[in-house]
Amino acid sequence: MGALNIIVTVKQVPDTHNISVDAMKEDGTVNRALLPTIFNPEDLNALEEALKVKDQLGGKITVITMGPPKAIEVLKDSLYRGADEAILISDRKFAGADTLATSYSLKCAIEKLGKYDIIFCGRQAIDGDTAQVGPQIAEKLKINQITNIINVEEVTHESITLRRQTEYGQEIVKSRFPVLITVTAEANEPRFPSVKRVMMFKNITKKETEESYDETYLKIDTDRSKKYITEWSADSIGADSIKIGLAGSPTKVKHIEKVVLTANSKNMQDIPNTEVGICALINELKNEHIFG
Amino acid sequence: MNAPILVFIEHNNKKVADVSLELISEATRLAKKLNCEIHGVVLSHNAAEELTQLGHYGCQKLYYVKDKRLNHFSSVPFAKLVTSIIKKHQPQIVLFGATSTGRDIAPRVASELCCGLTADCTKLEIGSHSIKDQTFDNTLLQIRPAFGGNIVATIVSPESNPSMATVREGVMKLNHPETNKKVEIISEPCDLSDSDFLSEILEVIREEKTVDLKQARIIVASGMGASTPECISLIRQLAKTLGGEVGASRPVVDAGLLGKDHQVGQTGITVRPNLYIACGISGQIQHMAGMSEAKRIIAINNDPDAPIFKIANYGIVGDVKDVIPKMIKAYRG
Repeated sequence: MGALNIIVTVKQVPDTHNISVDAMKEDGTVNRALLPTIFNPEDLNALEEALKVKDQLGGKITVITMGPPKAIEVLKDSLYRGADEAILISDRKFAGADTLATSYSLKCAIEKLGKYDIIFCGRQAIDGDTAQVGPQIAEKLKINQITNIINVEEVTHESITLRRQTEYGQEIVKSRFPVLITVTAEANEPRFPSVKRVMMFKNITKKETEESYDETYLKIDTDRSKKYITEWSADSIGADSIKIGLAGSPTKVKHIEKVVLTANSKNMQDIPNTEVGICALINELKNEHIFG
Repeated sequence: MNAPILVFIEHNNKKVADVSLELISEATRLAKKLNCEIHGVVLSHNAAEELTQLGHYGCQKLYYVKDKRLNHFSSVPFAKLVTSIIKKHQPQIVLFGATSTGRDIAPRVASELCCGLTADCTKLEIGSHSIKDQTFDNTLLQIRPAFGGNIVATIVSPESNPSMATVREGVMKLNHPETNKKVEIISEPCDLSDSDFLSEILEVIREEKTVDLKQARIIVASGMGASTPECISLIRQLAKTLGGEVGASRPVVDAGLLGKDHQVGQTGITVRPNLYIACGISGQIQHMAGMSEAKRIIAINNDPDAPIFKIANYGIVGDVKDVIPKMIKAYRG
C-alpha cells in the first residue's frame, strides 16, 4: 500500500466580492491593477480536505496553479498551511485561456507530475463562477469526477466516500482512485497558516537563470529544506501551442458592459413612515389587486 | 431545415425539472430566428408519460436512452451518452440547466467535443460575430453576469460546434403549454460498459423544499439591516398576513439566519413576484439581479441612499421594526 498522492489545483483571483467603484471603468472593463488578489475561497476548502486526508492516512500534497509570476503568493500560502510541494505553471503563451485551454494546460502539468490518487479542486473561482475547469481536467485525464462536495465521509487507501449536495437533497457517493473532487465552501473551515511553516517558507525568492528559463526553480531560502517551488513553462509540460492560451480557447468575449439596473417605474414614490402614509400605500396596492 | 437545438432534459422522481421546460421554451424563441427544430435528450431508467409535456412546451423530438443503470446520476456515463447523441444528431446549439447535474456534465461534454461552453447564462440571443475578416451569422450570443455580478459579458463560440451553454433555473420564461402539441420519442441505445460506472451511489437523501419562492406571488425579504430575531419574526408575520413567502439576501443566508431555499439573487433564486418587499436590504447588484423583475417593489431601509431605492416603486425610509407593524395594521384595516 503506497502513500497517497494528492493534487490540489488553486487559483489567485481578484477579490470580486469587494470591488470598489474606482476599479470599474465606464466601458465595463475592470482595472485589475486596482483590485486586491486573494486565494480563491473554495480552493482553500479543497486544500483543507487534502490536508485532512493527509492527517488521517499520510501521503504527499502537491499544489498546482496556473498564472502570472505573482500567483506564487497562493503557492506560498499553501505551503504555510501544510502542502508538501508547489508548482507554478507560467508562460505568456497561456494568456487569454478560457476553461477548455486552462484545463488542457493543467492536465499536461498533472501528467508530467505522474502518479496521483485524488485531485481536489475548489468547486468554482469567484472571478468567473463557471465550475468548469475541474470536470474538464477529469475528462481530459479520463478519470471519474464527483462535484459539489460538502463532506468527506470516509477515506481509505483505495477509495473515498463523499457527501454531494444537489437540488433534490444529498447523495452519498463512493469512488475508487483516481478521482477528481470539487469542494464547496460548506465542506470545512480552512485551517490557518502555521507560524512554524511561515517562518520556514516566507523567504522563497525566485531564482532565475537565463539559460534555464524553461525550468526555473524558486528556491526556498533555508538550508533545512531541500524543497523547491517548481516553475514550468508551456514547453516544459509538453503543451501543444494550438491548445493553450487564446488560440486554444473556443469562447470569445464579444462585449462587456457594466451592470446598470434601471428602475421599473418612472420614479420611486416616497412613502412617509407614518400610519397615514403606509395605509395609503396598502390601499393603493389593494385597489390594484397586487395582493391577488 | 437547419441543424436543431438540443436541450438536455433533467428528470428526477417521475418529474421533468422546471429548468428543462424553461429551456425548451427559450429554445422555441431561438428556433424562430434559426428556422430549426428543437430536440431533447433524456437519460433515465423509468421516464414515461411525464415526457409528453415536453411536446406541450415546444420540444419536437426526444432522444430517450433507457437503461436500468441510469436510475441515478453519474458523471462519466451521463457525459458519454450526451456526447454520443450530439455526435450522432449534430445540433448547432446544446443547452443544459445550470444545476448540480448540468454543471457537472456540460463541461465534460464540451471538453470531449473541444467546443466552447458558457456557464450560468441569464440571456440568450441570436446574432452575428466577426473574427478578423470572417463573419459568423446566426451564432448564439451567450449573456452572463461575470466578476461577481459587476459586469455582464456576451460570450460567443462561433468557430467550434456546437455552441453550448448552461442556464440558471427560473431565468427563462415558460411558454404557455399547448396540450395538442406532440413530441416524437425516439429510442437511443445505451452503449456503455459496466466499467464506465465509476461512482457507487450508497445513499440518496431527499430534502423537501421548505419554501417555493419561484411560485410565490408576494415575497417579504430580509437583509442584514433586518436580520435580528425580532425583525425576522416581523418579516414572517407580514409574509403570513399577506399570504406570501419569506426571502433573504445572501449575507442573511450565509450567516445561517434563514435557509438556502430562501435566498434571492444571482447565487440564489431568480423571482418575479407581484410584490417584493425588501426589508433592510441595501441592494447589492447580485441581489437585485434576482428580483428586479418583480411587478412592484417596496424598499424599507434606514439609509436613504441605499441603492435598493433606485429600483423600488415605493420607498420607505425608516426602521423595519417600526414600519412592518404599521403595514400589518393597515392591511388588516
